[in-house]
Amino acid sequence: MDRDEQRIRELEQIANELRIAVVKSVYNAGSGHLGGSLSAADIITALYFDKMRVNPEEPDWDDRDRFVLSKGHAGPILYAALAKRGFFPMEELSTLRKCGSRLSGHPACFKTPGVDMTSGSLGHGLSVGLGMRLAGRVRGKDYRVFVLLGDGELQEGQVWEAAMAAAHFKVDNLVAIVDYNRVQLDGTVDEIMEVAPLADKWRSFGWQVLTMDGHDMGDIVATVDKAIAQSQEGPVVSIADTVKGKGVSFMEGKSAWHGRYPTEEEYKQALAELGEQGGADV
Amino acid sequence: MRTQKMIAQREAYGAGLVELGKANPNVAVLDADVSNSTRTLYFAEEFPERFFNFGIAEQNMMAAAAGMAKCGLIPFVNTFSFLATYRAADQLRTSIVYTKANVKIAATYGGLSDSFDGPTHQSIADLAMVRALADLTVVVPADAVEVEKALPVLAEFDGPVWLRLSRNPSPVIYGDDFEFKLGKATVLREGTDVTLMSCGTVLGRVLEAADQLVEEGLNPRVISISTLKPLDEEAILAAARETGAIVTVEEHNILGGLGAAVGEVVADQHPCPVKRVGIPDTFADTGPYDVLLDKFGLSVDNIVKAAKDAVTLKKNG
Repeated sequence: MDRDEQRIRELEQIANELRIAVVKSVYNAGSGHLGGSLSAADIITALYFDKMRVNPEEPDWDDRDRFVLSKGHAGPILYAALAKRGFFPMEELSTLRKCGSRLSGHPACFKTPGVDMTSGSLGHGLSVGLGMRLAGRVRGKDYRVFVLLGDGELQEGQVWEAAMAAAHFKVDNLVAIVDYNRVQLDGTVDEIMEVAPLADKWRSFGWQVLTMDGHDMGDIVATVDKAIAQSQEGPVVSIADTVKGKGVSFMEGKSAWHGRYPTEEEYKQALAELGEQGGADV
Repeated sequence: MRTQKMIAQREAYGAGLVELGKANPNVAVLDADVSNSTRTLYFAEEFPERFFNFGIAEQNMMAAAAGMAKCGLIPFVNTFSFLATYRAADQLRTSIVYTKANVKIAATYGGLSDSFDGPTHQSIADLAMVRALADLTVVVPADAVEVEKALPVLAEFDGPVWLRLSRNPSPVIYGDDFEFKLGKATVLREGTDVTLMSCGTVLGRVLEAADQLVEEGLNPRVISISTLKPLDEEAILAAARETGAIVTVEEHNILGGLGAAVGEVVADQHPCPVKRVGIPDTFADTGPYDVLLDKFGLSVDNIVKAAKDAVTLKKNG
């Protein structure tokens, strides 16, 4: 195995650990969004453990790369990544959604170290990321901004206002990623409100468009590298082909798992499928 | 009737923004295709690299401002008040106020001041909405001088601020020596019989009403409450204790604005009669500004009558 391949295996291992942490924290909380957290697990792993310039010792470092989880309901996977990356202790994940906890039901930037922006009301994140990069331009800073969007979220008109503006302002270092898992709360995206053809839509708004397999770590790493390089010329979106609930067989592709939480039996089975050795203790 | 110099707040604002831009390289200005109306075009000419016209897309503009603030800028966001509050309500609430982003929202064309464009463009329910957002500072200056003096203070203050501005020329009340203090009411006239409290440019009419009350033998206190939130409770309670009767005057629906704010403080801590003068829970009309103010509750006569009624209530209390 060469070094690159070794690195990819390590990232895959981390993504699996994060999935286990997500299932545990949501089960422990008694509510939360598993499906969209699991579909984003590999992408967020690649960003936080391979691509983003961040410093857990100094979460507010002025020159750090920023991440905006526009699909804020996937907070559990962001929290797991931040904890694993060292922004706060892993044990704190068990406080998810508890009153007084630093891990709010949806991410809140002034509560949780490492969370760059509050999110949860869908459609805001790309605008926020755009503003972050415009600030970088004014202040002469080249930090990168990554924005993760849901596919159902693309039904919000504000996303397209932001897409239009980002191209118009020719912002650099802005990379959007669409977690295209094709499932939203009430059903599949195509039956609720079709957003396809995505690549054509983004291209017609003036964006450079890439696609990737959102569960193939090698492809994610290579595509995000390409996106970063191309983002010097203007905004780039990578459309990630993903599966809602990825990693737990009975959750995969099911809209019911957008916001449901597992029974004890389902919980144990989920952990077993993810190869959790330590058992079901939360 | 008082004869006074008239200046539009938006003019003072546009000029003041340029001064802020000179003083601080992190001040940025955002507009949504109304830079001629908001007068941000002066800033745009001076600092094109820090001016961003977002087109007719207020929701995007507001959330982008939050992103800018999170990355070290001091964005001043500009559009009509009804758009800044209602069109982009969720962006204001979630991305700006809940995150305590250091964004200044200049909500121009407040009240009935866009009189000829009619109720679609007038903004008479904005104060009710922004008052109910925790952690948002709400400023409604009384004249152009107060706008000019407030701007550097608001730029210096770290946190979200909502600033309501009027479109039309309004009486210049304050002199050049006026000092803006965030969170402090300004006493314009001491008095003991009744206190007239207002926010915004309607202060000119309030002072006329006070003159008339003096002619009729009453001794009214006049206070301008330009920081609607956080409210200067001390000044309100002092008025309740020392004058025993209050009249609130605002270019806003009678519900939810200054009258409500003052009424809440007084009811909780020192009950006394409070008469509310404002637009009587109705959409207004199209027409000349002064005509609309007179027709929709804000005539000088109406303020005088409310003051007398408050004094009567106090005596009968």
